Amino acid sequence: MTALIEVRDLLVRREKQTVLEIEHLAVQKGEVLAVVGPNGAGKSTLFLTLARLLKHERGTIHFNGSKSTSTLEYRRRIALVLQEPLLLDASVRENAAVGLGFRGVSKTESDRRVGHWLERMGVAHLADRSARKLSGGESQRVSLARAFVLEPELLLLDEPFTALDSPTRARLLEDLKSVLAETSTTTIFITHDLREAERLGTRMAVMLKGRIHQAGEPREVFAHPADAQVAGFLGTTLE
Amino acid sequence: MSDLFPITLLSLQVSALATLISLLIGLPFGTALALGKFPGRAFLLSIINTGMALPPVVVGLFVAMLLWRSGPLGSLRLIYTPAAIVIAQTVIAAPVVTGLTAAALQQLNPRLRLQLYGLGASRAQMVLALWREARLPLLAALMAGFGSVISEVGASMMVGGNIRGQTRVLTTAIVLETSKGEFERAIALSVFLLAITFLVNWALTIIQQRGRS
Repeated sequence: MTALIEVRDLLVRREKQTVLEIEHLAVQKGEVLAVVGPNGAGKSTLFLTLARLLKHERGTIHFNGSKSTSTLEYRRRIALVLQEPLLLDASVRENAAVGLGFRGVSKTESDRRVGHWLERMGVAHLADRSARKLSGGESQRVSLARAFVLEPELLLLDEPFTALDSPTRARLLEDLKSVLAETSTTTIFITHDLREAERLGTRMAVMLKGRIHQAGEPREVFAHPADAQVAGFLGTTLE
Repeated sequence: MSDLFPITLLSLQVSALATLISLLIGLPFGTALALGKFPGRAFLLSIINTGMALPPVVVGLFVAMLLWRSGPLGSLRLIYTPAAIVIAQTVIAAPVVTGLTAAALQQLNPRLRLQLYGLGASRAQMVLALWREARLPLLAALMAGFGSVISEVGASMMVGGNIRGQTRVLTTAIVLETSKGEFERAIALSVFLLAITFLVNWALTIIQQRGRS
């Protein structure tokens, strides 16, 4: 397998404090890597660094074997979904098309992709509605559609379900799981919810105090935690 | 009242041009102040906020000194011309547009910038998207800028001189007619000024509120 994204010797400091230090992390094509950890573990810092929205002090991030891509070109090959949907004050359709507009995609192609993904995410009936009038769950579905229309090589999700109520979260999680399986989109999914990580991730990385302590298949990680801190976070016992 | 039309037209031309120039200065400058991170940013913002309350007569005094025949820009021979009024009104409106632009953009969720970059926006596309998102307060900034100059009298009087047929605008004409005791003419001019201010703001408000139920 080929790693779509590979991080080596990564160091991020904020206000002279090390907040992220990763020796090696690779995500294979088609994989869904769930990065779990408690609040303040550095998950969001990792997310922003991988999206090239935050500069790192040291280390390399190879994308598809290359590290020389310009930041803009790189960002146009990925898509990200944040905890808050952050939709623009426009219609659902316009919101879903915004990233395609940035890429100069033709109107015909944009309409085709937006139509397909609004339908796929179950919000096609809201296409002409103002994004300001959507519920939390609907907004997050539009946010996901906005990411999928870009047909990204890498999808970055930063706790996209956190603000949702339990039934909405469960339905969206199932829909997302089926879409990811259908499209084989390489995904990095940041969450502090172990059940979500286990449900969505094909692999799981446990992050504590800015470091990846363990990465592997979720079942394997739960069964054999690498150290006492991982076991403590997972609520399991060390063998 | 035969000169009512040219006076009204000149008022509109001068104030519209000053507002447009203020927009061209204030929109990018206000954006840089809102989004940028550089030393002295807070100080610059406080200067701009102070500038929003600049008394027109003080502006008139400084612009008059600059443009006076013996002043540093005297050779341009702009004093007592409509251009001088445009310059003075731009000095009055630019801080208003700049300050309100900065405030409008600072009210947006800071993570929206990250989201836009994450969707593949270039810097220019990100700024355009933010302007679009803040279009309601930005149009309010434009209205405030226009309002601050169409209604001012001190600066126009000092640098324009209220010369009949040349630099007389609605506000300076109202002052003149009042000083002569010609209250009927002053009231007629005032009604015209109010009507124009209302019509311009009405048009801008329609644009601002378009598409909102």
